[in-house]
Amino acid sequence: MGQIHLEKVRKAFGEAVIIPELDLQIEDGEFVVFVGPSGCGKSTLLRLIAGLEDVTGGQIVIDGQDATELPPAKRGLAMVFQSYALYPHMSVRKNIAFPLKMAGMDQAEINRRVDYAAKTLNLDNYIDRRPAQLSGGQRQRVAIGRAIVREPAAFLFDEPLSNLDAALRVGMRLEISELHQRLKTTMVYVTHDQVEAMTMADKIVVLRAGHIEQVGSPLELYSAPRNTFVAGFIGSPKMNQLGGAEAARYNAETIGIRPEHLRLSTTEGTWKGTVKVSEHLGSDTFLHVESPVHDEPLTVRADGEFPVHAGDVVYLTPEEDKIHRFDAKGLAIR
Amino acid sequence: MATLHTKSAARAMMAPAVIVLLIWMIVPLAMTLYFSTLNYTLYNPFSTPFIGFENYTYFLQDPTFLAALANTLILVLGVLAITVIGGILIALLLDQEFYGVNIVRLLVIAPFFVMPTVAALVWKNMMMNPVYGVIGQFLQAIGLAPIDWMTELPLLSIIIIVAWQWLPFATLILLTALQSLSEDQKEAAEMDGAGALSIFWYITLPHMSRAITVVILIQTIFLLSIYAEILVTTQGGPGSQSTNITYLVAQQATSYGDIGAASAGGIVAVILANIVAIFLVRLIGKNLDA
Repeated sequence: MGQIHLEKVRKAFGEAVIIPELDLQIEDGEFVVFVGPSGCGKSTLLRLIAGLEDVTGGQIVIDGQDATELPPAKRGLAMVFQSYALYPHMSVRKNIAFPLKMAGMDQAEINRRVDYAAKTLNLDNYIDRRPAQLSGGQRQRVAIGRAIVREPAAFLFDEPLSNLDAALRVGMRLEISELHQRLKTTMVYVTHDQVEAMTMADKIVVLRAGHIEQVGSPLELYSAPRNTFVAGFIGSPKMNQLGGAEAARYNAETIGIRPEHLRLSTTEGTWKGTVKVSEHLGSDTFLHVESPVHDEPLTVRADGEFPVHAGDVVYLTPEEDKIHRFDAKGLAIR
Repeated sequence: MATLHTKSAARAMMAPAVIVLLIWMIVPLAMTLYFSTLNYTLYNPFSTPFIGFENYTYFLQDPTFLAALANTLILVLGVLAITVIGGILIALLLDQEFYGVNIVRLLVIAPFFVMPTVAALVWKNMMMNPVYGVIGQFLQAIGLAPIDWMTELPLLSIIIIVAWQWLPFATLILLTALQSLSEDQKEAAEMDGAGALSIFWYITLPHMSRAITVVILIQTIFLLSIYAEILVTTQGGPGSQSTNITYLVAQQATSYGDIGAASAGGIVAVILANIVAIFLVRLIGKNLDA
C-alpha cells in the first residue's frame, strides 16, 4: 500500500509562502515525479510528505490515515537524499541495517533482509566497507538499500542522481526504474531534469513557484501541455514559441512548435532562415536557425545527418497538426 | 631547474631556525640529565660531586612519589572526564538556536582567557572559602555545614578549578565538530526511526569522536604539568594530598634546594609523560586516521 493524498497543503516560512494551497493524489504503485525549475518548491513538497517539515495548513493522508501530525519514522516512508546521507562511521552492512535496528527487529531477521538487499543491489562485495571507500554510484545503491530494507509504503527520492556523472546517471536511472517494476511500490521522485522525469515517471507533476502547473503522463505533457510554461519545460531541446503575426495566423497569442516538428528543406518551405549553429550528432542534427518570423533563433531537429552548416539557407515547414496554440494568458487553446 | 637549487636553498634558510630549536630543546635536556647525576644542592652549590643514579633512587623511593603519581593520574582523568562530558553537553546546548546564543557562547569561552593563578585565587577566595566563599554561603543558606574545600577536599578542589579552566577549550572544539555534522544525516536517521537519544549515540557521538580525541590528547599534555593552581591554593597539602609529580619536582628544587633530585624527578616525569602518550596514542590515536 502506498497511497498519498495531499489536501489543501500549504507551507510558508514566516512571510514567504513556498507552497500555496495544493491538492495532489498519488495512487498506490505509481511512480510520480515532481519536476520544476530550482526554487519551485518541489523539494519542500517532498519534505512535507516525509514529515521533515511541518505543514502550515492542510492535510497529508497516507493510506487513508491522517499523517499530518505523525513524526517521519511513523509514516512508513523511506527517503533517499541527494547527498545520500550515509553514516560515514558505519560499514555498508550497518548502514543498511540501521533502520531495522532502530525498529528493534531481531538480529537474524536483520541479517536476512540486509543480505537480500545487498544481493538485489549488487553490494555483496562492498558489504564491510565504509561509505568513504565507495564510488558515487555504490553510495547511491547503499542509500537505496537502506530505504528498501524497511519495506516502506512509498519511497521518496530527493534529486538522487544529481551528484553522479552523466554515464552513471543513465545507468542508475534504469536501475531505479527496474526496482520500481520489481517492487511495485509507490515512488515519489524529485528532479529538475526533465529527461529523468520523462523516462521514469508514470505521472509527472510540473511545479512552478509552489503551484502545480500540470499533472499527467509524460506523453500527455509532451503532446498536450496545458500552458506555455509546461510547453517550454517538457521536451528537449525546448519548444519554439512564436508570437506576433505568425501566431495571429493561427488565431493565437503564442504558438509553439517543437524542434522535431519542423520539416527541414534546402529548397522550399514556409519560413526562410539562415543556419547560425549546426550540431551534428550522427543520430540527429540540431540546427539553430535565424529567421525573420522570430527574434530568437528557432531550434530544429532532423533525424540522422542533414548536411548544412553555419551560413547556409534553409526552409522550415511546421507540421500543422503539431502546432500548439496559446492564448494571452499562456493557456492552451484546444 | 627548480628542484635541486631550491632544495639546498631551502635547507640553508631553514637551518638557523632548526639549529635554534635544537639548542633550545637539547641543551636543557642535556643539562637536566647532567644535573640529575650530581649531588647538587643550593646550600652548597660549589661542590657538586658525581653520584650516579643516587638521585633517582632517592626520588623514586620518596614515599611522596607514589602518592604524587596517583594524584597526577586522578587529576588528569578527573579533569578529562569533567571537561569531555561537560563539554559535550554544553556544546549540544550551544548548538541550539536560542535568543542571545552569541553572548552565551562568549561567556562560556571566557574562563579560558583567565590566567591560571588568577583563576585559582578567585576560586580559592571567592568560591571555596568556607566563611565568605559563595559555595559556603550557599550551603549555609540551605542549612548545611560549609565545606573547607582546601583542607577537606584538596585534590577535588584543584580538579574543579582546572576543569573550569579547560571546559571552554573542550566546549569550543566539540562545538565546531557538532556544527560540521550534516543536517541530512540527522534527518536520514530520523526517517530511519531513531529517536533523539539514538541519534546522539549512533550519529552525533561517532561524528565527534575525532574532536574528542584531539581534546583528550591536547589536554593531557597540559594537565600533566599543572603547577600554578596547586601553588596558589593548597601548596600540595595538606601533607601530600594534592601534590602531583610536577609540584613534587618543583618542591625538590624550591623548598629543599636539591637541584640534583629535582632534575632526576624531571627526567622521571618526562618518561612518565611519554608512557602516557604512548598509551593514549595506541588507545585513541586510530580515531585520527581519516
